[in-house]
Amino acid sequence: MNDRFEIPARLRNTSIALIAIGVLTLIGGIAALLTSHVDTDRARFWTVLLHDSVFFTLITAVSIFIQAAVSLAQGAWIVAFRRVPEAIGANVWIFGTIATVILFLIVFTYKDSHGVNSIFPWVTPGDDKILIGKSPFLNKGMFVAFTLIAVGLWSYFGRKFRAMSIAQESAPKNDTKIYWKVFRLSGLFLLVYALTQMSTIPWLWVMSIQAHWFSTLFSWYAFASAFVSGMSLILLWVVYLKNQGNLRLVTTEHMHDLGKFMFAFSVFWTYLWFSQYMLIWYANIPEETQYFKLRQQGPYSIIFYANFIINFCMPIIILMARPSKRNYFTVSFMAMVIIFGHWLDYFQMIMPGPLGTEWHINWYEIGVFMGFVGVLIFTVSRTLTKSSLIPHNNILLKETAIHIA
Amino acid sequence: MAIKKFAVAAYDDEAVLFPAVKKVRKSGYKLHDVYTPFAVHGLDQAMGLKETDLHIAGFIYGICGTSTAVGFISWIFTSDWPIVYGGKPHFALPAWVPITFELTVLFAAVGMTLTFCYLNQIMPGVKKHVFHPRQSDDLFVMAIELNDHTPEAEVIKFLKTTGAVETSVQMAEEGWWYGRWDEKEEYEALNAG
Repeated sequence: MNDRFEIPARLRNTSIALIAIGVLTLIGGIAALLTSHVDTDRARFWTVLLHDSVFFTLITAVSIFIQAAVSLAQGAWIVAFRRVPEAIGANVWIFGTIATVILFLIVFTYKDSHGVNSIFPWVTPGDDKILIGKSPFLNKGMFVAFTLIAVGLWSYFGRKFRAMSIAQESAPKNDTKIYWKVFRLSGLFLLVYALTQMSTIPWLWVMSIQAHWFSTLFSWYAFASAFVSGMSLILLWVVYLKNQGNLRLVTTEHMHDLGKFMFAFSVFWTYLWFSQYMLIWYANIPEETQYFKLRQQGPYSIIFYANFIINFCMPIIILMARPSKRNYFTVSFMAMVIIFGHWLDYFQMIMPGPLGTEWHINWYEIGVFMGFVGVLIFTVSRTLTKSSLIPHNNILLKETAIHIA
Repeated sequence: MAIKKFAVAAYDDEAVLFPAVKKVRKSGYKLHDVYTPFAVHGLDQAMGLKETDLHIAGFIYGICGTSTAVGFISWIFTSDWPIVYGGKPHFALPAWVPITFELTVLFAAVGMTLTFCYLNQIMPGVKKHVFHPRQSDDLFVMAIELNDHTPEAEVIKFLKTTGAVETSVQMAEEGWWYGRWDEKEEYEALNAG
């Protein structure tokens, strides 16, 4: 019985190569962009780092959320591959730390040539009445506090869930003490998550980039975007491990469930995306439409429509039929498409504010993205090797083995 | 619909029912249906039923709803009675999406419900033969269709070896019918004779 995962040399080399590309891109970015005298070049250097670190932090934090949600619902379907979300969740602290460092550097050190923070304009409100009016919430103290609390709690819960799941392996057989402890902590985590990723964190990290504009369902929309790509990430790991001959309890039924999540939450994302768009389009109030004017009719229109086609049309056409959700190739292809699509979605949330027309998807954007992918593969695969891939002694193990979607 | 002869076996345990279903299929007798008091997982696979096409029907109903909504609204607002609302264009697609969505759901839901009733032959006011009064209470009831090549004595003997707690032979209408229960008396007469 081979329940342990050993990192194949190819995966390790790929991840190290990707990290090397990321580091080289970062050095190139410092040389070419950070030291540039053009404001948008320096803004581009920081916003790209902000975009990727925030995106990866949010999609990895989804793994903790899905564990908590399924534990609270006493679902067994996830148990067959529970080690995958656990391993991703246990590495949230890495991405969270990177994101925190980058966000704090932007808030505290970044200034353009006019002495204005063009990424987070609320840092330097000047005599802007709207920004001064929002300053009780949008200020450095609140930003630092919410960021530290959110990243700290995600990191704690991510590691705690994994630790408890591993502790269950050495617990007496059929002992339910840890199970109920996980159950209670899951409820607590959902509360934490609702107050961070589903509300305050996207407001502060993403929405405050265009600080004049606001949308009440923005955080839900950002969460839906992160959730569907987080599920796709879990699915890619499961397919990879299955291809390596691990995870023998995972069957087509479990893949079908993951595919359903990808399909359903792509539609859910569209629902929120459209709800935000339609109300603003219909009311046509200048302070709200400035956001979509820039994206739909301005320089970002190609990304705006690509976003809709990749994240709604493709999943609904390709993933709707039952056989395509049970086919390993289709689901893993769609998972990659969805992760890329939602990366673009975050791109068009973040970039228009600081960069305006000067946006690029070029060597720097792609290099930094590859670097983050490298870090993700490297850290998660290392965590996966540290315990058995099948959660032995989990009281739902039999139920997951006979699971039918 | 035709009145046919059925051999009926009742089981009191799922664990006996599953091997019995397998044995019946292996023996080649024509399995008419299995009636259970609750949904038994895996029984459809054991009986060899094919995956339902209900969802394909649902998809078609949904597409019908979408095209009805978009077609009708766009006809009204662009050619039949064009009015400017709040400075919006006549062809104001985003504003129609909620209605289109609702009609898609409505068509799919109503259409699938009716198709489901038709496929399962259930409908308010429609009659269907009940093989065993306890099939909705605490027994799992299996009906096997008999013909000239399957003598009832042989089938009943076979069913008893599979662990049936009760067996009987019944003349029954195989499908649904719309009418009075008077016809029930005809069956009773048939079964008595």
